[in-house]
Amino acid sequence: MQIQPILAALRRHRLATLLIALEIALACAVLCNACFLIANRIALIHLDSGVDQSSLATVQLTGYEDNQANDLNARVLAGFRGIPGMQSVSVLNSIPFGARRGTAGMTLDQAGQKFGGVVEFYVGGPGSLKALGVKLVAGRGPQMDDFQAFTGLMPNNASVQITRALANHLWPGADPLGKTFWLGDLQYRVVGVIDHLVRPDPGGWPGDRKDWSIFVPAQTGVFLSGSYLLRADPKDLPRVLREARDMVRKIAPDAVLDQEGSKALDDLRAEGFQKDRAMIGMLVGVIAALLLVTALGIVGLASFWVQQRRRQIGIRRAIGATRNDILRYFQIENFLIVSGGIALGMLLAYALNLVLMQHYELPRLPLYYLPIGALILWGLGQLAVLGPALRAAAVSPVVATRSV
Amino acid sequence: MFAYYLDLAFRSLKRNKVLTALMVIAIAVGIGASMTTLTVMRLLSGDPIPARSAHLFYAQIDPDPTPGDRKEPYDVIDYQSAVDLWSAHRADRQTLIIESPVRMRAPDVNLPATMPTMASITADFFSMFDVPFQYGNGWTAEDDTKRAQVAVISADLNQKLFGGANSVGRTLRLRDTDVRIIGVLKPWRPSPLFYMVAGAHYANGDTADLYSKTEDVFTPFFTGLELNDGNFSQYTCWHLPDHPGHLRNSPCVWVRLWVQLGDSSKVAAYKQFLDGYAAQQKVLGRVARPQNTRLRSLMQWLDYEGVVPSDVRLQTWLAFAFLAICLFNTIGLLLAKFLRRGGEIGVRRALGATRGAVFAQCLVEAGMVGLIGGLVGWLLALAGLWLVRQQSVPYADLAHLDASMFLLTFVLAIAASLLAGVLPALRASRLPLGLQLKTL
Repeated sequence: MQIQPILAALRRHRLATLLIALEIALACAVLCNACFLIANRIALIHLDSGVDQSSLATVQLTGYEDNQANDLNARVLAGFRGIPGMQSVSVLNSIPFGARRGTAGMTLDQAGQKFGGVVEFYVGGPGSLKALGVKLVAGRGPQMDDFQAFTGLMPNNASVQITRALANHLWPGADPLGKTFWLGDLQYRVVGVIDHLVRPDPGGWPGDRKDWSIFVPAQTGVFLSGSYLLRADPKDLPRVLREARDMVRKIAPDAVLDQEGSKALDDLRAEGFQKDRAMIGMLVGVIAALLLVTALGIVGLASFWVQQRRRQIGIRRAIGATRNDILRYFQIENFLIVSGGIALGMLLAYALNLVLMQHYELPRLPLYYLPIGALILWGLGQLAVLGPALRAAAVSPVVATRSV
Repeated sequence: MFAYYLDLAFRSLKRNKVLTALMVIAIAVGIGASMTTLTVMRLLSGDPIPARSAHLFYAQIDPDPTPGDRKEPYDVIDYQSAVDLWSAHRADRQTLIIESPVRMRAPDVNLPATMPTMASITADFFSMFDVPFQYGNGWTAEDDTKRAQVAVISADLNQKLFGGANSVGRTLRLRDTDVRIIGVLKPWRPSPLFYMVAGAHYANGDTADLYSKTEDVFTPFFTGLELNDGNFSQYTCWHLPDHPGHLRNSPCVWVRLWVQLGDSSKVAAYKQFLDGYAAQQKVLGRVARPQNTRLRSLMQWLDYEGVVPSDVRLQTWLAFAFLAICLFNTIGLLLAKFLRRGGEIGVRRALGATRGAVFAQCLVEAGMVGLIGGLVGWLLALAGLWLVRQQSVPYADLAHLDASMFLLTFVLAIAASLLAGVLPALRASRLPLGLQLKTL
């Protein structure tokens, strides 16, 4: 099959060809970037929290006075531990995907000049880090005497565990164990590195920052109370949580149960990512509509061309072209137009990605999205043109002898 | 002539139903998508209080005494500056705003205690922001200074606690203090909750929560401060506070100050007053950057804070890119349609129709496609908004198509189709006459 005559024919329909090519180009740009956005959101929804979420739940109590806090802790811990199936109950200020109480900016020097970043301080009582189920990759976990009593926001001079992502950010290439950092005047020493421990609100943070967390061991007390981490077998968890919630009224009548915040971590996680799910749905809808409209455009224009060229097709058939030749002709023609559109579309896709990167903290579009987008559009083009091309191939040679 | 063109357009559209349907679908889907997102966008980026916004200003100074160069002050101010500026009464109206979660019960209602958010504000709040009352009233400036134990509650809370009855005079227990309800609001839903907006520009576009409902309980500023002491959270601090939650004399910023200024000379005078205050505090050693004062109007403030959620902006861009694709598609299809009728156009031209007449006829046909597309697009937009309302976002309940957006749907649809029709119509009207007649 010669391409020359096809190009010659296309030159006579410059405007229509250009329009379809432009439509393909725009579709290519939107398609690549929308797919990339979807992939990003899916990655966010499936991010590794580092904790055994399906075994964990939280109960949040508020509304009690400072002088009731110690009593509340004692009663809740003792009461909850009596629930059959409960594996552990501990106090933890912030909860992955839940309450956020330890977000603060830390520095690498006492003077506060070398800013380290805004991180999450998980201040937890005995047993809480173990209950979370995080994986320790270097150093040690908290020991009994690491849990010290404190007043104010957080204990001072504590030995802490930090995530690998945060360690790599603060001391790239160096061993983080033994390093110190400050929060205002409070000093901390790193004694352990954990694989992953997600922030309570990962959706709001780009890239690795989702994992910038620090575990600070502390005694429960006035400043560490009301926020409980429950661990049970995933099978028992719904019942254990229900019993714990019901028990609050009896053992802590003065406290207010935070209905929205006291849930299984899996549920909190699903709620947290609901808007990302909605966005994925919307993007999938747009892509589907986009492909549909593009295909309809190709069908419309190809049908028009087939009808316009009925006589020429008839003549070609009369002088020896097979049905296959005619079919190929329209398929190659479509391939050429779509290819032109894709070439321009790749540039557009890249430009659109640059704009998105500027406004939405999006990473750079990986190059492999471009050939995938191209394949989809080529496939779509061939599919759309098949109907009109088959109709063209069915034109009888007799047409050549009639004046239409 | 127009009626004749309409008739021609109608006949022509009827003749090739498939092509017509393709064009209508393209326009409708594009219009449906863009009107859905445009409605949400307008809802979220609009003026929350059109009658007043031009006269409402958000006052900021930079109370951080630590040296260093920061371009912008913190989003909120410290207690001392806030109360100093407020008690000077230099604006037409002014209000301080703080919020805190408070334990609340109605002693004579048999419902468990809850933890609603309490806004503690000064008397001008209600008149400044045109807050509508169902029952009773706000409090007076005297109540502010006397620390009167009164409260105003939202329509929602009134419904929950008292079944919507007139609850003025009844008692609410906030933490351990009994306050008397003196006012019940009508349903009031500023979008966004503009007077609370602060820190949004750090939220990476995750700002949907700014569109949630108003607080349930409003108390006088100093009353609230006293009864809920220890439960306030700071926006940020330059030193750790000695007692978390007790922020009155802490090195922290946490108070909002809104002022109402009637005209531009008053705005200039108030800015001067702010600058003067900052300079004076610099002398006292309490302020390091006296130049960091700001007096933004409400809309400037919302703009600076970037309140529209980035997801919504992204959806809007996406929808318009999609509309552009639909337009290209329609141009192509219209071109095919008009050029296929070369013979017919040739006859009309040969019988004396001018190029302009042919052009107009083609445009009328394009406009008709737009009108039908707009109608279908309107239905699609309604469906789209229904989908938005099913989402669990705080602004879901607000997503409705109002009369102006309904009109805009058709304007946009017809404008888009006319735009798409120009090029094909131009082509059709310039077809070489003889050639077309010969092929007949």
